[in-house]
Amino acid sequence: MNPGIIAWTMPGLPAGTTRPVVCAPDPVLSMPGRDVDPSEAATIELVADLLATQLVSPGCVGLAAQQVGVAARVFSLDVSGHVKTRTCHGLFALCNAVVVSSSRRQRGREGCMSVPDFTGDVARGQRLVVRGQLPLTGQWVQVATDGFEAVALQHEIDHTNGLLFLDRVNGPHGIHPRRTYL
Amino acid sequence: MKDQIIAVTVLGHDRPGIVADVTGALGDLHGNLEDSTMTLLRGHFAMVLLVHTGASASAVEAALRPLCVDGSLVINARLLGDPALSEVHGPSYALRVHGADRPGIVATITSVVARHGANIVDLGTRLVGGLYVLTAELELPKEASAVGLEAELQGAAGELGVEVQLSVIDDDLL
Repeated sequence: MNPGIIAWTMPGLPAGTTRPVVCAPDPVLSMPGRDVDPSEAATIELVADLLATQLVSPGCVGLAAQQVGVAARVFSLDVSGHVKTRTCHGLFALCNAVVVSSSRRQRGREGCMSVPDFTGDVARGQRLVVRGQLPLTGQWVQVATDGFEAVALQHEIDHTNGLLFLDRVNGPHGIHPRRTYL
Repeated sequence: MKDQIIAVTVLGHDRPGIVADVTGALGDLHGNLEDSTMTLLRGHFAMVLLVHTGASASAVEAALRPLCVDGSLVINARLLGDPALSEVHGPSYALRVHGADRPGIVATITSVVARHGANIVDLGTRLVGGLYVLTAELELPKEASAVGLEAELQGAAGELGVEVQLSVIDDDLL
C-alpha cells in the first residue's frame, strides 16, 4: 500500500457533476493530454466530475479526462471489489502520471466505456510503478501495484496520452465484438 | 438497387499489392468494406470480405475480373442473406491443440466442441515440420459445463496423441 495515496481522502474537493462519456471515433480520445496544475480550480472541478461520472457508471473502474471530452493528463481509478484485484489503493485520482516501471507482461482482454462495441487483447505489465500528482495538493506520489489495478492504471494513463486499447492490440485477431451475457 | 452485403472471396499466389488491388476495385464500385479477414496460407493469400454496396454480385465479380486474367487470383462474389443469430451467449474460451500431424485432428476436436453446443468464432491451424497447431476461440452456452467439455477434449486428444488446453477468456471492462 502506498501511504501517499492512502492518506489522500479527497479533502476539500467540491461535489462533482456527471459529464457525458464520449465514444470513439471522437477525436478527443486520440489527443495527448496537456499537463495540468493539480491545484488549479479547473483541474479540481475536472477530477470531481470524473469521480462523479465514474460512480454512476456501472462496472466502470476508471475514467480519464479524454473520456469526458478534455485532453488533459488526469484520471480517476477505483478497482475496489473487483474479482481480479490484488493490491488496491481504493478510490484515487492522479494528475500528470507516468509509468516508472512495468514488468511481467501478460495478455488480457480489455473493454472500455469509450469503445462500447469491441474488446481487445492487450499485453500489460502485471507489476507496475506509477508516479503522479494528487489533485488539490499537487503532492508527487509513487504508486506500486500489481494485477488488475496495474492493468487499469496503464489503460487510464494511455487515455491521458491519447491512446486507446485499440492502439495496443495484439495482432489482426486481437479485436473482438463485445458480448454481454451477464 | 438497394444496398446489400456482398461476400467476396479471394485466393491466389501471394504477392505485394493484392489487398490494395482488390479493395481499390471495390472502392471504384462505391463499395464499403465491412468485416473482413485476410491471411497468408503457405504462400497463398486468402481473403474473405463483406462489402456493403449497391452493386450486384455479378457486377462486383466483373469489376474484379481484370485481377484474375493472369490466373494468379480466383475471386468469387455472392449476395449474403440475413446473418444467422448465434444462440450461444455464454463465456468465451481459448482452445489450443498441438502435436504430431495426422489426419483427423481438426474433425475430432471440433466434433467434441459441437457436441457440447459450443460455437467456434475463430479458428486457425498451422502445420510446420510435422508439428500441427490449432488455436480457436469458442463461445459456450451459459448452461454448458467447461469442465465436461475439457474432460472430453482431453480424452479425444489422448486418442489422437496431441495436447489440448482450454482456458476461459475474461473481458476486463475498464
